[in-house]
Amino acid sequence: MPRKQIAKFSVQHLQVLDENGKLDAKLEPNLSENELLEMYRWMRLARGFDERMLKLQRQGRLGTFPPNTGQEAISIPVALAMKEKDWFVGAFRELGGRLIRGEPMTSSLYYYNGWEEGNILPDKELRILPTSVVIGCQIEHAVGLAWASRYKGEDAAAVCFIGDGGTSEGDFHEGLNFAGVWKAPVVFIVQNNQWAISIPRESQTNSQTIAQKGIAYDIPCLQVDGNDPLAMHVAITEALDRARKGEGPTLIEAVTYRLMMHTTADDPTKYRTEEEEKRAWEKEPLLRFNKYLKDKGFWDDAKEEALLSEVKAKIEEAVKEFESPLEWQQDEPFKHVFGTEHPVITQQHEDFLANVKREADHG
Amino acid sequence: MAKLNMVQAINLALHQEMAKDKDVIVLGEDVAVDGGVFRLTEGLLDEFGKDRVLDTPLAESAIIGTSIGMAMAGLKPVCEMQFSGFSYLMMGQFEAHATRMRARTHGQFTVPMVIRMPFGGGVRALEHHSESREATYAHLPGAKVVIPSGPRNARALLLAAIRDPDPVVFMEPKHSYRAFREEVPDQEEVMPLGKSQVVQEGTELTLVSWGAMMRPTLKAAAQVEKEHGTSIEIIDLLTISPMDSDTVVESVTKTGRCVVVQEAPRSFGVSSEITARINDKAFLYLEAPVRRLTGFDVVTPYFGREKSYLPNVPRVVHAIEETLKF
Repeated sequence: MPRKQIAKFSVQHLQVLDENGKLDAKLEPNLSENELLEMYRWMRLARGFDERMLKLQRQGRLGTFPPNTGQEAISIPVALAMKEKDWFVGAFRELGGRLIRGEPMTSSLYYYNGWEEGNILPDKELRILPTSVVIGCQIEHAVGLAWASRYKGEDAAAVCFIGDGGTSEGDFHEGLNFAGVWKAPVVFIVQNNQWAISIPRESQTNSQTIAQKGIAYDIPCLQVDGNDPLAMHVAITEALDRARKGEGPTLIEAVTYRLMMHTTADDPTKYRTEEEEKRAWEKEPLLRFNKYLKDKGFWDDAKEEALLSEVKAKIEEAVKEFESPLEWQQDEPFKHVFGTEHPVITQQHEDFLANVKREADHG
Repeated sequence: MAKLNMVQAINLALHQEMAKDKDVIVLGEDVAVDGGVFRLTEGLLDEFGKDRVLDTPLAESAIIGTSIGMAMAGLKPVCEMQFSGFSYLMMGQFEAHATRMRARTHGQFTVPMVIRMPFGGGVRALEHHSESREATYAHLPGAKVVIPSGPRNARALLLAAIRDPDPVVFMEPKHSYRAFREEVPDQEEVMPLGKSQVVQEGTELTLVSWGAMMRPTLKAAAQVEKEHGTSIEIIDLLTISPMDSDTVVESVTKTGRCVVVQEAPRSFGVSSEITARINDKAFLYLEAPVRRLTGFDVVTPYFGREKSYLPNVPRVVHAIEETLKF
């Protein structure tokens, strides 16, 4: 019996706007001037906020946090394409997307300065899950949320972010497998920023692409230039459309670069060269998007200057609110261990308050 | 009222609660078509359909991970870990997310779900099928851990667990699955979580146990009472965490002597916690040290040796006698 080929697979790469701002007009999405400018404004805000947070951290005014700079063209076009009922399930480099979905700027500041209050949404129905620090777990939450949305008859999808490192986790594979079997309305977006702390992409996986990992689970997959907001818009729109039509999940590999450190506690000079970083800066998303908008006649230096001061004012307002005195209580965690009352927690709560009082009394 | 074994009683609870609440979803490995390897979920697929009774791929972490998502979206997943020995694969999801979501969002998002798992020895099972690891889960803040000891309380506690607003690890002592029958009322019966039960009143010694160990505990008590005329109070812990210390403390305050019977290894176990709480609240009432009659701190032996490692009636009797003599 001769061996025969029983399956054949391929992986596509999508880029609409290259690193020099050169457009493939055939692929250009039909976005209005307003929509394009909205995207650009969010990207500027996210970049500015990220830079400000890094300064705050270096000044000792903020705890450890993972910078987003360079990855704005991923979560921002994605969040702009989502609908109200969709679930936003992040890892920890989706600052712009979170803001678009309605999370206040102060939330990130509180969260990264050690306050659970940073996870609390103004309204639960914003459907943004808290940051997932443990790598990869959130994939399965998104699949469960998507399954539940379909069960309840909502016209909603879940959109889940993960990094290149996260694709090595078992939960990534288990979650993709479940999503495939259940045909869950979910979109997985791998922010392949080339580095998982010190581990480069080629040491993370021997796969030629990360997108192809979807093939094993029969999940449509696509590799996208993640520094190209137009390509990301096209990819997420297709994927959400597929989810809403009941055609199941999609895996998008968004190729980008982590221009900054993993977190502010990390020192990339230990494992990568300045030259590599310099090359990556040349490909960053804001440069090319700015050029594209100018080429279209939608943008100029005066508008840019006005936007930068608007962004600065917004950030300063958030920082001011963040640094104003907090009325949050130290004993709050005792109120949220369980949804029911239990003497063992009540007793320890009293012990805690007694400790605090004794320490206060004795200076 | 029907005489049911624990398997039937749990099955009854699932049927009744699923009929009552369409948010209750059952999922796990082999739970639908096969009705579960121990038949706990039998008939659910026929009655409620494949949208509510899901045979999942074989992945413990994803069963819990997806259930967390479902629970956050307002459903009440009741998932099965086929054996507790496989449950460590979901520990990351459980610890990092299920137990914490309430605290980290101050209750904005919660994870009301039940993780059912058969556990414990005595059924001549394969390797990894006989451990008692309730302490592992009980040590996690935000987790509730419940262990029924018989058909009636299994049914009543499972209903409470499904309706509870928090993640509940519902550990089913599989040695008791078909070991005996009890009258289980047709009408819904719910027992509160976080409450122990005094199953027999007495004045001279307190016996505390839970799960499958309740049977040798009760037998040993009956034997000592018969032989020595001792009046023994017996407490079924039922909820491991959050533990009801008051019932135990009140009892020991009265009897002054206590033996805790635990199948699990001794160190860092539930019996150690009970002992500590008695020391905290009833130290001056004690006439003997609290005695822990437990399994040993060894890797659970295969079933060829299993019997000699499990607490049994003679060992409980001996522990009672030693405590009375002290």
